[in-house]
Amino acid sequence: MAVIRKKEKREVPAIGTSSLPDVVFMILFFFMATSTMREQELLVQYKLPEATEIQKLEKKSLVSYIHIGPPSRAMRQKFGDTPRIQLNDTYRTAADIGQFIASERDKLGEADRPFMMVSLKADQATRMGVVTDVKQELRRAEALKVTYVATKAAQGL
Amino acid sequence: MGKRKIQEINAGSMADIAFLMLIFFLVTTTMNTDSGIQRVLPPMQEEDQRDPGMDVNRRNLLFVSVNKFDGIMVGGQPMTANMIKDKVKEFVLNPYDDPNLPTKEEADIPLIGKFMVSKGVVSLQNDRGTSYNTYVQVQNELTRAFNEIRDEVSNQYFGKKFIDLNDAQREAVQKAVPTQISEAEPRNIDKI
Repeated sequence: MAVIRKKEKREVPAIGTSSLPDVVFMILFFFMATSTMREQELLVQYKLPEATEIQKLEKKSLVSYIHIGPPSRAMRQKFGDTPRIQLNDTYRTAADIGQFIASERDKLGEADRPFMMVSLKADQATRMGVVTDVKQELRRAEALKVTYVATKAAQGL
Repeated sequence: MGKRKIQEINAGSMADIAFLMLIFFLVTTTMNTDSGIQRVLPPMQEEDQRDPGMDVNRRNLLFVSVNKFDGIMVGGQPMTANMIKDKVKEFVLNPYDDPNLPTKEEADIPLIGKFMVSKGVVSLQNDRGTSYNTYVQVQNELTRAFNEIRDEVSNQYFGKKFIDLNDAQREAVQKAVPTQISEAEPRNIDKI
């Protein structure tokens, strides 16, 4: 007994697009959940000073950050509350800044190096002694473009 | 009453709506960028070099010092932060050609022409005990003084505010009103 199979005309069914919005939403939520704004974990806390004459830092890739302030709450047990300097992810001293600047400069392309900028984020109650040490080290490392990060104040003082 | 069948909403365009929203948020969200007062530090000097501040004529210098109690002194007078701006403006502009205030030098600047460029330098000095907040306030006021002078000059020559100028005009005004803020070598000042 032979069953003669007649060649059926098979058609590829069209892919349903009704679940496409769900897929897109899923991607949207995935990126919303995973993207973090800050690449660095802060070990110090600061309240930035207020100023009126501030300019935006334009090219983020050219900017290196130096944070100065008392250790954050979780770290206070261990480190006390004298202001500290945070470079990358650890507490450092002013003497390490030369090396930090050199490594940051190495990350930049040859053409961008002269435009390197340092953004100084310091707590407003910090004494200038610490800041001056940092500035002296920056001068020694020839990273001369400095921004004192501040929040926008309402007009006047 | 006849039961009416509720029409199904066509969901085919939902994807487009989602994409539109995605793109809208992609475009409008800006990572919060920092802003602050920008300064260029002087290069480190050699040990045997003399302080360049000493070469400047005495009348061209305005000393701004901040002590460890956050007291501010400008040109020998104690001041509050909001008085600094006018004092600095008066110093830099020297409107009545006072012999105690800075000299001016005629310079030929493109787009502006002959302009009397002030040779005044503001010398800022702070103690190691000064608070960062006060330091930034003072820096802010100094910047404000120079920005206001620039606005005045831009208004006079181009009829616009400094920020609204194009690059060439901006450069010209920057040449006419250079930001002359010098930070002295750090040392402790206890007096005042």
